[in-house]
Order: sequence, then C-alpha cells, then structure tokens
Amino acid sequence: MSEHSEHIVSPKVYFAILMALLVGTVVTVEAAKVNLHQWNIVLALAIATTKMSLVILFFMHGKYSPKRTQLVIVAGFFWLAIMLGLTLQDYSTRHAEPSRSQIYGPASSFYIRS
Amino acid sequence: MHRTGELFGQYRTLEQQKETASLGMWVFLVTEILFFGGVFLAYTINRHAFPTAFGVGGNMLDLNLGFFNTIVLIASSFTMAMSVWSAQTSRKKLVPVFLILTLVLGSVFLGIKVVEYKQKFDHHLIPGHSFDITYCSKNPDACGLSPKKLEDEKKEIEEGIKAETNDPNTAEGLAKGLVGLNAHAQLYFSLYFGMTGLHALHMIIGAGLLLWLILEARKGRFDANYNTPVDNIGLYWHFVDIVWIFLFPLLYLINLHLA
Repeated sequence: MSEHSEHIVSPKVYFAILMALLVGTVVTVEAAKVNLHQWNIVLALAIATTKMSLVILFFMHGKYSPKRTQLVIVAGFFWLAIMLGLTLQDYSTRHAEPSRSQIYGPASSFYIRS
Repeated sequence: MHRTGELFGQYRTLEQQKETASLGMWVFLVTEILFFGGVFLAYTINRHAFPTAFGVGGNMLDLNLGFFNTIVLIASSFTMAMSVWSAQTSRKKLVPVFLILTLVLGSVFLGIKVVEYKQKFDHHLIPGHSFDITYCSKNPDACGLSPKKLEDEKKEIEEGIKAETNDPNTAEGLAKGLVGLNAHAQLYFSLYFGMTGLHALHMIIGAGLLLWLILEARKGRFDANYNTPVDNIGLYWHFVDIVWIFLFPLLYLINLHLA
C-alpha cells in the first residue's frame, strides 16, 4: 500500500474518457443500423462492455485502486458470470430432451423454442 | 457517521480509513451488479424465447430519446467525476458547481424518461387491460407515425403474428398469432418498464444523495483531507450510468433489422 494520499486523475483524462464514451455511443447507434444479423447483438454488447470498462477504470478509479478493491470488483463480475453462464447453459441444453411442445402441444412451449 | 474527516481509532491513517470506505462501497456495488444481473438474465431468457415479439416491442421505443438520454447520462458521469477531482484538489467552490451540474443532467434524464413513459401510455403499450400492440398501426395519426414508419410497423406486426402461430394461412391461425404477439410484446414491455423503472429508481435515490452532497459541499466540507461522501456517491452514480450503458443497446438498438 502506498503511504502517500490517493491518486488524483486529471481532468484531461476525464475529458478524454468522456469523448471516448460519446464516440462509443454514436458508434453503437450507427452499428445497429447496419444489418449484421446475429452479430448486431454481439457488437452492441462488445461496445457496451468497452464503455463500462472505461467508466470503471477511470471514472471509478478502478485502475488506481488498491489491489484488494480491484479483487472485489473482479469477484463481482466473476459471480455475475457464474449466474449468467450456468443459468443460460441450463436453458440452452434443454433441447436435448423432447421439448414440452412435442409432448403437450404448442401452448406449453413457453420457454422452449422447438 | 463521520462527517468531519477525523481519524477513527480502528484505523492507522486517514488514507486507510478512506480506502476502507471505498472498499465497502464496492462491496455494495457488487450486490447491485448481481441484482441488475438477475434482471438482465430474465430479459435474455425471455428475449431468446420470443425474439420476434421482443423485436416488435423494441422498435416501438423512441430511439432518438434513448440516444439523447444516453448522452445526458454520460455527461453527468463526467461532471460527477469532476466534482470528485474538485474535492480531491481542495477546490471547495467548484465542488458544488459540478454536483449541481450532475443533478441537473440527472433530472433531464428523468424528465425525458417521463416523456417516454407518457408516450407509451398514449400508445397503449402499458402492460395490462388496454395493451394493444396494433394501436399505433391502426391509429397512425394519434401516434404521429410517418407513412414509412407506419409501413415498417405493419410489416413487423405481420412478422410477429406469423412467428406466434403454427397456422399462418387461416384467419383463425392469424387471430391466435395476434393473441400470442400481444402476450409476448407485453412481456417485453413489462421488462422494459421493470428495468428502466428500477434504473430510474436508482437515479431518484442518486438525486436525493446529490442534493444532500450539494448542501454539505456549499458549507465547504469536502477537500483533499476529507471527500469520502463525494467519492462514494460518485461510485454509485457511475454504476447507475453503467447499467444504462447496457440497457440502451439491449432495449432500443438490437431490434432494428426485424422486417
């Protein structure tokens, strides 16, 4: 741990991040107007994740935080990944069995696309 | 509640005390990440189950208002970061200025959200008894739809109906498809109002916190020695910005190539 006081991010850096975020917003809107089929959502999420990283690293001082604070940040996203990943893999592998719609008819195919 | 920046007995240095407060705020934000994560998960699963109905619903949002609001919120994050910088460098007069700017931008965001909600109300897109996904295509003047937009919307609703029925060739099958489309478009709008509503609630809480910060900052309370409240409320404000950074593309943008 440093014994000196906290790292102060200069307004120049903040302004550069502001500009990057604004550019990112324009890019994401323009990219959405191009038909990339299933890649539209991937690109939109990639841009959003980049923007999020800039906010966390600079606006929220993640880059300059002590290691244990950084660990908490990373742990948060790790748990989020567990929740999203395991739940989605459950939903995405239910096709292996006969879908409910095949057994009971289309009205019960509520969460399952057959 | 320590407001003055004195050193408490359990810490060795002011810096350690400050870092502990920041760590605690991050732990809280991790719970918030998981809280919103659950909502995003519900959205993902339902969107995957009913992509066409979700697309039809999503294209009924006002992209320009959503875009403008994104810019406003990002700008407010910048002014918030600048108020933290002002406190850290003991520019005591500047702290309330940037905080007030942040509050103003946050209020603009919420004001535009109100305009959008009102628009959805007028367009019969509030989930419930009077929900009708075809309202605007049947009453294009009431919704102010341009001929081009009207044509697109009709085409999308047709797509949506076909996606919801097994039998697109009979009138009966199409009627069934419309019922399904209305049901699942309502699901989209329930999630839309749930997600943006939770986000707006966080903004309102943030605005209340900012108001308190402004009153304290005007007394010259925050400087290089003591700025924990500005810093921590700043972290919260940026987090709320991040949530919107994901809400905007997921709700407004990824539906554009439906028809």
